[in-house]
Amino acid sequence: MKPFTYERARSPAEAAAAAARRPGAKFIAGGTNLLDLMKLQIEVPAHLIDVNGLALDKVEPTPEGGLRIGALVRNTDLAADERVRRDYAVLSRALLAGATGQLRNKATTAGNLLQRTRCPYFYDTAQPCNKRQPGSGCAAIGGFTRPLAVIGGSEACIATNPSDMAVAMRALDAVVETVRPDGTTRSIPIAEFHRLPGGTPHIETALEAGELITAVTLPPPAGGRQFYRKVRDRASYAFALVSVAAVVQRDGTGRVALGGVAHKPWRVEGAEAELRRGAKPAMAAILDGARPTPENAFKLALAERTLASVLAEARG
Amino acid sequence: MPASDTPSVTRRSAMAGAAASAAAASLPPVALAQAPSAAAPAGALEAPVTATLSLTVNGEAQSLELDTRTTLLDALREHLHLTGTKKGCDHGQCGACTVILDGKRVYSCLTLAVMHEGDAVTTIEGLGRPDSLHPMQAAFVKHDGYQCGYCTPGQICASVAMLEEIKAGIPSHVTADLTAAAQTTAEEIRERMSGNICRCGAYSNILDAITEVAERQA
Amino acid sequence: MKFDTPAGANPIDQLKVVGQPLDRIDGPLKTTGTAPYAYERHDVAPNQAYGHVVGAGIARGRVTAMDIAAARAAAGVIAIVTTLDTPRLAKAKRNAAPLFGGAEIQHYHQAIAVVVAESFEQARAAAQLIRVSYAREPGRFDLAAAAGSAPLVGGDSEEGSGAPPEDRRGDFEGAFGAAPVRLDQTYTTPDESHAMMEPHASIAAWEGDRLTVWTSSQMIAWGKADLATTLGLPPEKVRLVSPYIGGGFGGKLFLRADAVLAALGARAAGRPVKVALTRPLVANNTTHRPATIQRIRIGAGRDGRITAIAHESTSGNLKDGKPETAVQQSKLLYAGANRLTAMRLAELDLPEGNAMRAPGEAPGLMALEIAMDEMAEKLGLDPVRFRILNDTQVDPEHPERPFSHRQLVECLSRGAERFGWSGRNPKPGERRDGRWLVGMGMAAGFRNNLLTKSAARVRLDREGIVTVETDMTDIGTGSYTIIAQTAAEMMGLPIDKVRVRLGDSDFPVSAGSGGQWGANNSTAGVYAACVKLREAVAQRLGFNSADAAFAEGMVRAGNRSAPLGQAAGEAGLVAEDGIEYGDLAKRYQQSTFAGHFVEVAVDAATGETRVRRMLAVCAAGRILNPKSARSQVIGAMTMGVGAALMEDLVVDKRLGFFVNHDLAGYEVPVHADIPHQEVIFLDEVDPVSSPMKAKGVGELGLCGVGAAIANAVYNATGIRVRDYPITLDKLLDRLPEMA
Repeated sequence: MKPFTYERARSPAEAAAAAARRPGAKFIAGGTNLLDLMKLQIEVPAHLIDVNGLALDKVEPTPEGGLRIGALVRNTDLAADERVRRDYAVLSRALLAGATGQLRNKATTAGNLLQRTRCPYFYDTAQPCNKRQPGSGCAAIGGFTRPLAVIGGSEACIATNPSDMAVAMRALDAVVETVRPDGTTRSIPIAEFHRLPGGTPHIETALEAGELITAVTLPPPAGGRQFYRKVRDRASYAFALVSVAAVVQRDGTGRVALGGVAHKPWRVEGAEAELRRGAKPAMAAILDGARPTPENAFKLALAERTLASVLAEARG
Repeated sequence: MPASDTPSVTRRSAMAGAAASAAAASLPPVALAQAPSAAAPAGALEAPVTATLSLTVNGEAQSLELDTRTTLLDALREHLHLTGTKKGCDHGQCGACTVILDGKRVYSCLTLAVMHEGDAVTTIEGLGRPDSLHPMQAAFVKHDGYQCGYCTPGQICASVAMLEEIKAGIPSHVTADLTAAAQTTAEEIRERMSGNICRCGAYSNILDAITEVAERQA
Repeated sequence: MKFDTPAGANPIDQLKVVGQPLDRIDGPLKTTGTAPYAYERHDVAPNQAYGHVVGAGIARGRVTAMDIAAARAAAGVIAIVTTLDTPRLAKAKRNAAPLFGGAEIQHYHQAIAVVVAESFEQARAAAQLIRVSYAREPGRFDLAAAAGSAPLVGGDSEEGSGAPPEDRRGDFEGAFGAAPVRLDQTYTTPDESHAMMEPHASIAAWEGDRLTVWTSSQMIAWGKADLATTLGLPPEKVRLVSPYIGGGFGGKLFLRADAVLAALGARAAGRPVKVALTRPLVANNTTHRPATIQRIRIGAGRDGRITAIAHESTSGNLKDGKPETAVQQSKLLYAGANRLTAMRLAELDLPEGNAMRAPGEAPGLMALEIAMDEMAEKLGLDPVRFRILNDTQVDPEHPERPFSHRQLVECLSRGAERFGWSGRNPKPGERRDGRWLVGMGMAAGFRNNLLTKSAARVRLDREGIVTVETDMTDIGTGSYTIIAQTAAEMMGLPIDKVRVRLGDSDFPVSAGSGGQWGANNSTAGVYAACVKLREAVAQRLGFNSADAAFAEGMVRAGNRSAPLGQAAGEAGLVAEDGIEYGDLAKRYQQSTFAGHFVEVAVDAATGETRVRRMLAVCAAGRILNPKSARSQVIGAMTMGVGAALMEDLVVDKRLGFFVNHDLAGYEVPVHADIPHQEVIFLDEVDPVSSPMKAKGVGELGLCGVGAAIANAVYNATGIRVRDYPITLDKLLDRLPEMA
């Protein structure tokens, strides 16, 4: 870990401005992923801006009937929020399926959105990785790919996004609110927040330099029955091989987003019309264009079967 | 040892100031920076930065001057010599470093000490001592809920805080009905304790220990 | 004390203290965080500096240059020792690859430098400034590819399990060819990591040419000897101290780079240095359990009696490494006149393979006990019945040599009854519980009981306190407690009058902790020392030692009695002795036995397997402390769940290293994976094993568990997986169609 200077920010705008002023600055909130990566020098901020003191830790109703989740709301608190449990169960379930009690107590809403991949080659600094060191190559392609992406990957990168929370938020059409260093704010639909790797896998989100997430807004409740089914080798404390976030209405329509399959939470709205015909046609449409490796091709069948199981539970 | 076998070493006893740039050397055929970070950002520092910190540990006020890089875990172990909190992985993958921070369990390896100005930390040493065990510590002894002992302080801190989480109505992955209050069942305890790995495999006994304490509290 | 005839009645048989389920005496220290582990010894040497180890970034080749200028200039750096500056250190007897020195790289993450600095943060940051250039050479990393040309190699694990290159009895090929019912299958087990919670760690301090290392070691005497060899020091100049060990499982049997680099770093820095391997370094820098490819052939008559059995195993290792002795149990577990075992060893350039809990038997039984399940099915026999039918009370290769005590049949029968085995549906894939497919499986467990000499020193003071000193270690096994129980029983004291000091090379050399030999041998050594102390006490009191009785802190002979402490006087009394064994192990086969029973549920949609119930019935001689012995068994069963369902050090066959080298990537069971576990110990004493009449249990609990789970998965789903771990991707395409 390289030495860094440290400051506590007093307002979101001040934090963003400070980040723009200081080259190599990073925000730190929960720190559960950033510090992990700093120890390995995968992240090397020269300056840390501690944003924990910003009053962004509330979950509030929006005038539209949705919820506005402060960027610093801890994963535990968001999962336990009564409104989330009642009206956005898929989000509560996704949060509770992720990480551990200790991590959820620290990890924040914004930080969870910014989690970086768990690709083992990204984590091994002796190996080339285009995400870690642009242009160095990708050791994962042709190597151990079982946990990696089956769709949306590129010649440069086949990493997956590890978040559970983001998958549920994708199914819920959440919107990410930010403030930029110049003080202006913007709203980024979650569909546009995470990027596919393309030729620039080191650029993972739509955030600009110094831009700070202030909140995530959920639209009014989607209703229906909500599920988050996370499939993994061990029963807890593991990243998803595949996860399915689903909101299923009484008439069989619904929304589905997948985790563990791509560089971003994977949702294909156009495929959701197939849901009423069953998991097989729906998943075929959702994963149309998939390019798995021999080692991770099982994820296609697994995603379909998991969705089938979820739909069966929704019917039952 | 014959002198010829003595490893020749590079020795440096004085502290250096800012060092030369860390730019990676030429690559082919294979040259690896051991940590080829994303291009070191402009303004990268080499000299350590220190900060002062006041916090309460096990009820005692502590004042420290620390490198900003020091984790809460290393502050406890290396600076306060409270070595009951263990370093198993240093990456949030094992749970041995679990402490109770302002009432909530966290991994002390994944948070910087400097971020905890004014906070209150309870470590295993703050729960009880060998001659005055906390009820959870006593239950671990009674049910043999440990073997090598290295994950044990983390298991105990986690379990004490975990029971409070259930009382506070926080649901878990295995809570069947999200709108109802969570119960202290074996399945709930197992899921909620899954952030503390015990490679010796004392889980079945740890569950018995926690269950006994939970029932006594109920 | 020489032990060469089966034990008669002795003071241990009183079972006032021994055999009682006492709480561990180290419990209050461990549960309060006050038991000191290696890296935590702020108390033992002033002015400690921090060492950070750098591992090689290639699997095979040479380090051509190391640029340490930036690291040297970094803040706080005191010294840097690089492998290029250091002549290759002598390779100690028990290491397959040198731990440091020279340009050649034999495996990934082999240590190439240690950076010593004032603080942990400074050492780590400076280490990350070192730039290394390598000349990479091609290596051999694929066991399956190398297996075809791997030569026959015998060997043993140094943990007691061994076999010759090839061993034949009768005419295997003829009998197998003639058998009406035959099985010929191949099974694979992956590389596994010990993944103990405490990483390898050491503090080294020099006083002139004397070196003291506070470390985390299962085998003090091995570590001391091998550190002396590696550094070219006379052994008497080296002291190792390791009173608490945060798990080992075989991973801390041998000297590793942490101790060596702490010593070199301390010499270079001119002050004590502490070193812990970072977690990402542990998997590739240290040892692991090697992968195996095992072919098993079994031929039987229609009556279910085995007539021919062959077990051949191929594993890989570095040039000087040894084979995984996976065929060992197949020489002894089942009857059958025509037998073949063989081991092949492929030379690989992966990190060193070596002993991990139950080396040999753990992977061997993972294969053999699936094969037995498959064979039972072919024969139309219940798997419990099939095993009972093929029990043997003698070494099948040497029928004149009986087992000292063999209760496998009782383990299996008792387990079947207790577990409700009769409720198992023999037809697989039939039992459903909501979305879960449910099945039961079982396997036999087998692990040898190993005898190895062990010594101790006992001191008596005038307060009547007995202090035991031995270099025995407690790696979570309960050594502190059973040693205290032994001394208390022998000296007629309650356990709180006994102090136990372990893990110091200044103490008499013990068996150490490995091969599940620790409990029986180390307590037998304490027994021997206590016999000597009893004689000294009697003599001091002027009693006839033959009829002196030790009880309730008093010594009685005839109508005379005296408090035990009185014999000690001001100076105290000291006795030292050890146990040494004659040829009983040659005359009798000494082994431990278990029946493992498991119920699993497999998600019919996703193939996720979750264990619902586990039972082990063990026959392992006298159980010295049922509470800590039970813990050994449940812990081993937990490791068996990991081996069956998730543990897999994944080899990158291009680059030659274990890719998932941290605890997020290498999954071991968590709380949610483990159900309630039940353990039953059969009432057994084995007077052939030692005066303690005990045997080991710590590895027995692992042996067979993996196969019991595999067999339960088969019973649940009808899918036979012969390639561990049984992850969902191996089940998915054969699970029931989804609606």
